[in-house]
Amino acid sequence: MTGRSISYFEASARLRLSGLVDANSFSEFCPPAMRKTSPHLARLDAPLAFDDGVVVGRATLAGHSVLVAAQEGRFNGGAVGEVHGAKIRGLLDKAVSEKPAAVLLLVDSGGVRLHEANAGLIAISEIMRAVLRAQAAGIPVFALVGGSCGAFGGMGIVTRLCAEVVMSEQGRLALSGPEVIETVKGVEEFDSRDRALVWRVTGGKLRRALGEATQLVDDLIPAFRDAAADLIAKYQAQPLTPVSLEELLGEHAKLTARSERFSNARDGREIWQAIFADAARVPELSVDDFNRQLGEQA
Amino acid sequence: MSEQILFDRLFGAGGHKISSEGLFLHGLAEVDGQAISVIGTRDHAAIDVTLALRIADAILQTVRTDATTSPRPILFIADTQGQALSRHDELLGLNGYFAHVARCVDLARRQGHQLVTLIHGEAVSGGFLAYGMLADRICALPDAQVRVMDLRAMSRVAKINLEKLEELAAVSPVFAPGAENYWKMGGIHEIWSAKDNWTERLAASFASITNSDSRAAIGVERGGRKLAASIAQLVADA
Amino acid sequence: MEQFILTLPSKAPQQSAVHTVICGVVSSGNLEVLVEPLVTRDACEIVVNTSAHGFQDIWEAVLKDFAERHAVGGLRLSINDAGATPAVVSLRLDQAFETCCGDAA
Repeated sequence: MTGRSISYFEASARLRLSGLVDANSFSEFCPPAMRKTSPHLARLDAPLAFDDGVVVGRATLAGHSVLVAAQEGRFNGGAVGEVHGAKIRGLLDKAVSEKPAAVLLLVDSGGVRLHEANAGLIAISEIMRAVLRAQAAGIPVFALVGGSCGAFGGMGIVTRLCAEVVMSEQGRLALSGPEVIETVKGVEEFDSRDRALVWRVTGGKLRRALGEATQLVDDLIPAFRDAAADLIAKYQAQPLTPVSLEELLGEHAKLTARSERFSNARDGREIWQAIFADAARVPELSVDDFNRQLGEQA
Repeated sequence: MSEQILFDRLFGAGGHKISSEGLFLHGLAEVDGQAISVIGTRDHAAIDVTLALRIADAILQTVRTDATTSPRPILFIADTQGQALSRHDELLGLNGYFAHVARCVDLARRQGHQLVTLIHGEAVSGGFLAYGMLADRICALPDAQVRVMDLRAMSRVAKINLEKLEELAAVSPVFAPGAENYWKMGGIHEIWSAKDNWTERLAASFASITNSDSRAAIGVERGGRKLAASIAQLVADA
Repeated sequence: MEQFILTLPSKAPQQSAVHTVICGVVSSGNLEVLVEPLVTRDACEIVVNTSAHGFQDIWEAVLKDFAERHAVGGLRLSINDAGATPAVVSLRLDQAFETCCGDAA
């Protein structure tokens, strides 16, 4: 099994990585053999992972040099702790000096790891500053979101700081998890067990329709790879420049308009109705058809 | 402490013109004779899309006003219970609105504005991440409560025995709520005491701003976060 | 967590070059195995860290069986386990062995 034709959602972080980058091009930083595990998990007598749940390293993609980080969503919900967070931060710092074509963040995380909550929160804010710093230095960071944990909590914020967000329909991107909202505000506010609703509010198609995700791809590792390769080519042709006041004023106007246009919306169906000719069919549309129709509305 | 008393202590009576509109604070004040912008939240605000846009707008207006002159320092006042918990806000993409605020903070920094956050009241989780934690220097007032989650909720969500958490919280700053813990870990630069002269502390805070994010190194110095700096360096040097 | 270390006499030393590899994920009911070369070529060292207490006998049986089926001399296996069944442990060990020492490696 080479990992090149299987579900991105089902694959482990390492399998996603190996299928995403050029064959035999990956070399790992701070590999498992270094045993940089979490002392905080150990103190709480929780199982450890030798890579603390994130794989970081260097590779090539379509011949271009990239730095990559892949979170393992099945280890502690991909949650960010001290060591895990430091590996990602270090990778982003490295990008400023090494100047790869891009940094790829394979995000699969519920956010802060509660077992080391304060360390996780600080780590995520350090990652936020590091993403901003790398991009201000001209290196685009791409977030790939398609795993079982999606991108929630602080990692949902990190994801939206990235120059590009590639999602599959299976991916989810938001801030608070539906379960948390349900626990605090009640099931009427958000029935976290209504899977279709959860995806209509946080899923890849909805995020793509709103423009929160910049690409929607099939749940296949090669689809993510192709999207990443296309994006690398895009930034090779037109390098990233530091975000300007004008751009942020434009973005601000867009976000304000969205909040006004959908001021009472609570369900993705209302977004479909506003954007697509046949709202009822949107959930069944293939990724290709969805993208085509979305392009036609623009 | 009421905002008026806080601002009098920071800037002297008459040294500030800051208004509050609901949960949002903004205005001007003077530090060491120099005009600064004050932007923030009050009353343990839950930050939703609307409030996030107001914060972002205030930052953008400050940057725009100073675009051709000397960029004035910005003081962020953080008093937030975290992000609003609402399906509507999640649908709109609250994480993206927070990222937008973060980009505005970063723009201000790149344009030369010095950024200090003062935690007044609460600083929790996502709400704190969006702007407060991105300043150059983060200070906490004596009453500040900083946390990701309270221990009871943490015990339930992460399925860890509460007694075990309480026991460990006594010896490790790594997960339990508390400004002191964040200070030890380098997440907060300064904790002010009630006896301090807050006008002087604020001026000193602006004066000690450095260009880079040195919180991991501070965590090592203070002993609360011993690994982050070296692991990040290990990867950066690999 | 329970930890124990086993040193197993080897049926035969590993002939191919040993690549350091990791297999598996530490999720509930699963485990990861890190395989590294060991200086002593006539023994296999296995370090187990497991969240499931009281199963050392079963671990020893599974690991001895693994050592019987493969040439494990000169290998060090380090395991982080979160309650995998013996069948899953066996599978993961075999996978790890394939990856580190198989011809394809």
